[in-house]
Amino acid sequence: MLSQAERWIKAAILEVQEFVQLVGAVFRAMVSPPYYRRDVILQFEAIGIGSLMVVSLTGFFTGAALALQTGQTLDRFGARTLVGQLVSASMIRELGPVLTALMLAGRVGSGIAAELGSMAVTDQINALRALGTDPLRKLVVPRVLAVTLMAPVLTVIADTFAIVAGWLISVTNLGVGSSTYWTAVLEGLYLGDAWQGIIKPFVLGFVIGTIGCHVGLRTSGGTQGVGRSTTNAVVVASVLVIAVDFFLTPLLMRVVY
Amino acid sequence: MTVTAERSPALEEALGPGSPIVVFDRVSLAFDDKVVLREISFTLIKGQTKIFLGASGSGKSTILKLIIGLLKPDSGVIWVNGERVDDKGEADLMKVRTDLGMVFQEGALFDSLTVAENVGYKLLEEGMPDAQVWDRVGEVLGFIGLGEYADRMPSELSGGQRRRVAIARAMAYKPRILLYDEATTGLDPMMADTVDNEIIKLRDLEEISSIVVTHQLRDAFRVATHEARRDGTDIRIVTAGAEKAEEAEFIMLKDGVIHFEGHATDLRQSRDPYLRSFLS
Ligand SMILES: Nc1ncnc2c1ncn2[C@@H]1O[C@H](COP(=O)(O)OP(=O)(O)OP(=O)(O)O)[C@@H](O)[C@H]1O
Ligand SMILES: [Mg+2]
Repeated sequence: MLSQAERWIKAAILEVQEFVQLVGAVFRAMVSPPYYRRDVILQFEAIGIGSLMVVSLTGFFTGAALALQTGQTLDRFGARTLVGQLVSASMIRELGPVLTALMLAGRVGSGIAAELGSMAVTDQINALRALGTDPLRKLVVPRVLAVTLMAPVLTVIADTFAIVAGWLISVTNLGVGSSTYWTAVLEGLYLGDAWQGIIKPFVLGFVIGTIGCHVGLRTSGGTQGVGRSTTNAVVVASVLVIAVDFFLTPLLMRVVY
Repeated sequence: MTVTAERSPALEEALGPGSPIVVFDRVSLAFDDKVVLREISFTLIKGQTKIFLGASGSGKSTILKLIIGLLKPDSGVIWVNGERVDDKGEADLMKVRTDLGMVFQEGALFDSLTVAENVGYKLLEEGMPDAQVWDRVGEVLGFIGLGEYADRMPSELSGGQRRRVAIARAMAYKPRILLYDEATTGLDPMMADTVDNEIIKLRDLEEISSIVVTHQLRDAFRVATHEARRDGTDIRIVTAGAEKAEEAEFIMLKDGVIHFEGHATDLRQSRDPYLRSFLS
């Protein structure tokens, strides 16, 4: 029994070690040629444009629900007019980055793991190496770059949709005037919030991209293995998104305000 | 980005005709607790052929992957084209691989690229001008009988067609050593003969050294007992003379060790019960 536990711990440590090595290798590959520019552009399209719809919808409905909920709570303090401030602050600082990242973990993290996973089990990764191409540069770097750089952009889009949805709810449902709402939105915004709202998704995007690639490349065991990898990538990336956000929040609060 | 290995004249001479081009010296490899190869040694001479036989799971594909550096042995030394590959990092292996072509067992074509892009992949990567690449791609595809399929995606091909594209991809950049992992499995006899003839022609006319892994004895014997001759502009495949037949050697793997090593005639005459059951 003990040996079983020992083996498990050993495997876990080995896997973390491999992940750290992958991250190191990604950084090295980013600063030295050859670069695969065409693959980078393709991934930006696939990951960025492809996620636009999901992220906008998520932002919109979150903002609407937030406005409805907080409108009621704020009423107890007679502060219903501050609904704009609440929506914008909670979205930009916390919900925008985390929800966008969770959506990306589900959509992009799984996609990367499935794609690289099926390439691994059909020897396509080996074929790349045999033909003299470094899979890290050809496959991993473009994907990691695309998620890392698109995550902040998509987060800003989600935030925007949320604030607009909050405005619609405030006007139609809470009886808060347009100008009152927008004034509250602007007054509630600090520069620090904006920084937090941009830096967080940057880090979370990097986590999603590297986890997806790591899990995908290690896939073995045929099509079943690909299924397992896809699920693992989503679960691990989602949990990490929330955990990293938790640790990042106090750190950023100290740095950016 | 063409990488040509700098070689000293002495090494160049040592690598001339009749010299070893792939050497395994007591190579062992285990996956977890399962020993796949146990102190395997063999030598492939330049321009000659080694044919690996063995039951499923006996380690044939593993040997090819070791040669091209996709796997590392637990112990032992592997030389390929004058370079040690068992202790090389990925970056140094890339140089060795410019002279190696491998046909993977399931083809391993890139799903996201067309047939032509697959075949021309390495040439494009090396920065050869597009027009030249497509010329060469057309040439090798025509050769393998898939000229009209250039713009198809691999998913639109049959298993045998995929295999042929994989062969085209491996030979497109004219490597000096070709590794065939079950290149003829799943092909009809006519197509298998075409592929066998191709292996023979590359070996006899282009001095390409080959390692052939196969389950199909018919193809193994065909490659071992035929040779290609140039008759003016014609190329003919004829039964090999005694000397030429000596240049193809069979290796039979069993339980991680070499169970038999010898020429086609030795194999046919062997009284060994395991070999007999394998041959029948
Ligand atoms: N990556 C791996 N991890 C664990 N075991 C492996 C791995 N690759 C191969 N093996 C094991 O090594 C043994 C040899 O595999 P190999 O693919 O070389 O067999 P083979 O002779 O090519 O078989 P076949 O004729 O079926 O292709 C098999 O038992 C296989 O299960
Ligand atoms: Mg095999």
